[in-house]
Amino acid sequence: MLLDVQNLTITFNTKTGPLTAVRNLSFQMEMGETLGVVGESGCGKSITNLAIMGLLPPQAVTSATHLSLEGKNLLSLNEREWQCLRGKDVAMIFQDPMSALNPCYSVGDQLIETLLVHAEMSRSDAALESLNLMEQVGIPAPKERLKAYPHELSGGMAQRVMIAMAISSNPKLLIADEPTTALDVTIQDQILRLLKDIQEKRQMSLMLVTHDLGVVAQNTDRIQVMYAGEVVEAGLTQDVIHHSTHPYTFGLLAGHPDARKSGERNHKSRLPSIQGMVPNLRQRPKGCQFHPRCSFAQDTCRLEAPQLTVTPGISRATRCYYPLNRGEGRTDQC
Amino acid sequence: MELEQAKELTPQTPFQEFYQSFALNKGAVIGLAVLLFFIAVGISSPFLAPYDPTQLFDGAYRLPPFFSSGGNTKFLLGTDDVGRDILSRLIHGTALSLGVGIMIVVVSLVLGTIFGLLAGYFGKSVDRTVMRFTDIVMALPSTLLAIVVAAILGPGLVNAVWAVSIVAIPNYIRLVRALVMAEKKRAYVMAAQAYGAGHIRIMVSEILPNCTAPIIVQATLGLSEGILNAAALGFLGLGAQPPTPEWGTMLADARPFLENSPWMVTFPGLCILLVVLALNLVGDGLRDALDPRLKR
Amino acid sequence: MLKAVLKKILNLIPTLLGVSLLAFLLIRLVPGDPVMLLLGERGADPQMYTEMKRNMGLDRPMYEQYFTFLGNIFQGDFGHSIVSKRAVLTEFFDRFPATLELGIMAMTFAITLGIPFGIIAAIKRNSFFDFTLMGAGLVGYSMPIFWWGLMLIIVFSVKLGWTPVSGRIDVLYEVDKVTGLLLIDSWWSEDGGFAAFKSALSHLILPALAMGTIPLAVVARMTRSSMLEVLGEDYIRTARAKGLPYARVVIVHALRNALVPIITILGLLFGSIITGAILTEMIFSWPGIGKWIVFSINARDYPVIQGGVMMIASLVILTNAIVDILYLWANPRMRH
Repeated sequence: MLLDVQNLTITFNTKTGPLTAVRNLSFQMEMGETLGVVGESGCGKSITNLAIMGLLPPQAVTSATHLSLEGKNLLSLNEREWQCLRGKDVAMIFQDPMSALNPCYSVGDQLIETLLVHAEMSRSDAALESLNLMEQVGIPAPKERLKAYPHELSGGMAQRVMIAMAISSNPKLLIADEPTTALDVTIQDQILRLLKDIQEKRQMSLMLVTHDLGVVAQNTDRIQVMYAGEVVEAGLTQDVIHHSTHPYTFGLLAGHPDARKSGERNHKSRLPSIQGMVPNLRQRPKGCQFHPRCSFAQDTCRLEAPQLTVTPGISRATRCYYPLNRGEGRTDQC
Repeated sequence: MELEQAKELTPQTPFQEFYQSFALNKGAVIGLAVLLFFIAVGISSPFLAPYDPTQLFDGAYRLPPFFSSGGNTKFLLGTDDVGRDILSRLIHGTALSLGVGIMIVVVSLVLGTIFGLLAGYFGKSVDRTVMRFTDIVMALPSTLLAIVVAAILGPGLVNAVWAVSIVAIPNYIRLVRALVMAEKKRAYVMAAQAYGAGHIRIMVSEILPNCTAPIIVQATLGLSEGILNAAALGFLGLGAQPPTPEWGTMLADARPFLENSPWMVTFPGLCILLVVLALNLVGDGLRDALDPRLKR
Repeated sequence: MLKAVLKKILNLIPTLLGVSLLAFLLIRLVPGDPVMLLLGERGADPQMYTEMKRNMGLDRPMYEQYFTFLGNIFQGDFGHSIVSKRAVLTEFFDRFPATLELGIMAMTFAITLGIPFGIIAAIKRNSFFDFTLMGAGLVGYSMPIFWWGLMLIIVFSVKLGWTPVSGRIDVLYEVDKVTGLLLIDSWWSEDGGFAAFKSALSHLILPALAMGTIPLAVVARMTRSSMLEVLGEDYIRTARAKGLPYARVVIVHALRNALVPIITILGLLFGSIITGAILTEMIFSWPGIGKWIVFSINARDYPVIQGGVMMIASLVILTNAIVDILYLWANPRMRH
């Protein structure tokens, strides 16, 4: 097992009281696996990534019964040990590639710097290797681009540079946090294909974090849906997409433009969206976190929080008292 | 996180918002308290001061303050080289320094706002002319320009006020111009133009009221700078002339007695420092409370 | 880059012309007859009066006078002092090294302390160190330096006796002028060497401290706020995610970006150095251009005031231009 997270809880001590961003989160990742993490903004997915990278701000309090990467206990690492891990074993790419690159240094400088942190090599070797990396991520005229400053690149190019930097030390796990959200639609697909390509070629694990189910549907082995810092549904991608049982997942799927099959509905009809807002994490609702927005909520849901339970028959877990069946759900919602 | 909108249902008035933000800033509140203290002292100086600031006490030359040996409680902060009570002079100097500071702000604020408005509103050649002028004035270090102007006008308190005001004008011109240029593009200005309001009306009653917050902040900081510069001119002998109990002038008078009577130097400077510090604290607090965008 | 630099230099010309016009007009704004002012009591002699007036070109129209003035400046002729009869430019360059030495020392003090202080305060935000430093910074920023200098003298010269009260070096040492900077020249003095250097340094420390206090406060405050802003940027997170040591993240990635506003502030501070020099030199009897200008103002030495203002303003404008060019270097986005 590559990544093992058990009961991870992350609390922020803020001026107006503690805020629990992630609550009892457990999940695993195998070598070479691609996991999609889906949820609205503020559901705790980015915070979880930062915890795996050891990059949480000091006012964050992390606790877990188990948190390990390749068997290495991450909870007991000091800053120096974190530095050896970051960028070497786990690497990360971010949402906005334009602001994620330092505007003061050329692309080449930043790539070479990354190579030199984790590997013993001469500067000229690093320069050669960075050219090689630029070619691998499909950047045209890589030699010239190495001399370019970030502001001279397009968003897609900048994200390719970020990917080149991330894979430079051959990490076992690559976390891609909303890698395509800030990019043009036409570029999104190219970047996703590149990520998938590199993942397969290098046999690394890829964690694809996004709010867009469409992004993960084609590119991942497994999906885990998060809501208010908890996993609400997890399972094989095909199962979750085609047989979603949690009302929240269902709402996300219904809100996706692809869900509208041709002829099924009038082209101009409005896309259904989930009513209401993400709960205030300082004053979490009692019971199921999703109940204030759920159209199927019963009294039980309002009183007691449901557990993540495995549905018999398929490898999929749901945090819901009244999981939906595909057929009924669809007629009810529309 | 972006999840906490629900709580504040009743919107606050701008003043409430400002008050809450300002009251939370401890430094600004302390600064305001110190400032109010000095203002109270300044206003009540004729009643508060134990003696006339120019009264000479025979035989009581360079007495130290009451807490050090040789001093007595008749002259709490000691006396100067010709036997005047330092405390009384400081109290009268408070009114003078604050008054001078306020006059400087009024003069530079009014002139700076007028030119800034004209430059920002009309743009083009008006703007170019005004900005070229401010560039030139700002190329000269402020104290140098102030002393040159003071030298040309001749020493004296009123001339010092003019000199320091002239130096401060470009700050206001630049600020007001930038604000006006930003406001000019807003829809409400176009609306006013559409119903036929004249230039002066648009400038004064439409644009200017929307620029007040940063101008108030600049005026507070300008007040501290004005007091400091006027005192500097007094110290160089180009401001208030002896025996006026102006703090900077008192410092200059006390300088020859630096080695043996350090209290003569200490107290006037301490007053300048406290007032300037208080004004800067208040200015920072106002800036943060009135216009978070200005925060740097 | 080169094109941008050339453009900056071309932009200086109108400002410099404006300053020359201002310096020219200032003297003519003095109430009263400049000839009488210059001649003093001798002005009563009518023959001397007309001769002086013709010599100064005051009988010709204003614009002609200005062009003559401008032409003279281009030939390096800034007029002659009434008091010493020497050329203004010679007097200026006699005194300039003293001010330069003081200014360099004060700025070195401000930058070498201010930037690290600001960085530490930003990293340890809201800590005790941060609060103390920012409190001290605000006091320093509000300091009337003409008083601060006197207080330093009272404590370090009068009470502790550590440093001399005034001047640049002990009268014992005779130093030949090579660079004009005594810290350098003192090494080759007749009987001095290290002792002369020590004397020069001990004379320099207090004035530099007094003059550097406000810049120190400004640099520390600016560095802190600029660093705080930069440390929240995405590329800092990237740099940390790459596994760089924190010190490298702070210095290479954050500081380099934070330098852009710091350089701007440093440029503005060069103008205030002259302001500081005027007051500091008066307090410590430092024989530089600040003291020279104040002395000339008190002596009504108008050619010196006119020429001195022109020289100082040009200097400030030039340093500002250099700062602008540094700014281009620090910020690649501005180069196009």
